[in-house]
Amino acid sequence: MMATLGFGENGWGNLILGAACTTLLLSLVALMVGALVGSGVAAAKLSRHRPVRWLGDGYSVIFRGIPELLIIYLFYFGGSGLVTQIGHLFGADGFIEMPPFLIGALAIGLISGSYQGEVYRAARLALSKGEVEAAQAIGMPKWRIFQRIIVPQVVRYALPGMSNVWQMSLKDSALISVTGIVELMRASQVAAGSTRQYFTFYLIGGGCYLVLTVLSNGAFRKAEKRMGRAHQSRTAAQH
Amino acid sequence: MIDFAFLSDTFLKLIGALPVTLGLFFCSFVLGGVLSLLILAMRMSSNRLLSGFARGYILVFRGSPLLIQLFLIYYGLGQFEVVRHSFVWPVLREPFACAVVALALCTASYTAEILRGGLLAIPTGQIEAGIACGMSRWLLLRRIIAPVMLRYALPAYSTEAILLVKSTALASLVTVWDVTGVAQQIIQRTYRTMEVFICAALIYLILNFIIVQIYAQIERYLSPRLRTPDEEPALPVNPAIAGEKND
Repeated sequence: MMATLGFGENGWGNLILGAACTTLLLSLVALMVGALVGSGVAAAKLSRHRPVRWLGDGYSVIFRGIPELLIIYLFYFGGSGLVTQIGHLFGADGFIEMPPFLIGALAIGLISGSYQGEVYRAARLALSKGEVEAAQAIGMPKWRIFQRIIVPQVVRYALPGMSNVWQMSLKDSALISVTGIVELMRASQVAAGSTRQYFTFYLIGGGCYLVLTVLSNGAFRKAEKRMGRAHQSRTAAQH
Repeated sequence: MIDFAFLSDTFLKLIGALPVTLGLFFCSFVLGGVLSLLILAMRMSSNRLLSGFARGYILVFRGSPLLIQLFLIYYGLGQFEVVRHSFVWPVLREPFACAVVALALCTASYTAEILRGGLLAIPTGQIEAGIACGMSRWLLLRRIIAPVMLRYALPAYSTEAILLVKSTALASLVTVWDVTGVAQQIIQRTYRTMEVFICAALIYLILNFIIVQIYAQIERYLSPRLRTPDEEPALPVNPAIAGEKND
């Protein structure tokens, strides 16, 4: 198996390794897009106004109820179509194709956002009311409460859920291969197709994803432990 | 602006492909459910080898994308002469069967973990009470462990069912003509991408809505406290009043 995965002149090793980096980058951008959208969704779901809550709920229903593959197709074709339409308004001619990386990251990010919204909402609800009230009582301004009380705790509570969401985006990013961008899945397909060794290369591709998920799982667990410890030592010092 | 004739025509064509999507879902749901029980039994076994295998299985199938698992089974296995000449080839030659196998293997790993969570959440007192009543192991499993486990696991299990419905769309990439596959066929003929994909998306949304409703009904059936009060045996709310009657 290793012989086919040479790292020399014409080996497939470099292609797969580079593709793994693309996958990682794609998922990272998607995670950030998702964090942005997710906090918006969480805020909407926790809003006092009913129409705003409906907006948040509707977003989750749509992005969680439609298959990821369809969402990617919709974004890939719809995004390019939209840009082409806008281009026509400014006098551009013909079909303008959006960069697949951007489209892919946006699609996965928006899907991830619907799940992250739920994670943040749960984390916000887990935060005890007394802490915010105590901060208000000593006269902290709203922004300071948000920055010093809400955000650090929500991040701590949200970490285990975030680990799940991150691994989901990592695996969903394999679907972006349908737009032609060379990430891990596409690289395995290319290598498998040209060598006719389908089993070997899909196994290698799958192994790469496994390594990525296991490594990130470890990283998240470490971060969780660290934040938990920091929290414990702080509370211990206060008592 | 909106071509309703085309939309309704597309919608009807896509509905025609719904049996394939539903078939994929039900076959892999049932197969995955049975497989997950097997894996759960292995995972909870005191035998190191068995529980290690189950752990490895769960890690591998949860850690890699379903698409790669599907391709590994559909394209990968056909590469070997041994497989092509064995009795499984008539099954593995069919894209539909390959998709079902891949979906079932993947969903089994998630379901096993969900059920394990439910199993571990059963209060030990309930099992001890069952043993104290002299229940046999089988009766204990049937009357206490299985229903309580199912009740705890149900919310997560409903999410898994929805993920499974969405995953069936991947089968279109190995030439199964399910809703997504047929949508692509229509697009190749008409070049009207957005309308067709939006129709397909709507069908999946409706499907998932129905599944959520079914699970809500099962949850209601399994948790007495969610049922309406008149279905419940009347409980003495105020012990003082109940006591007065006796006097």
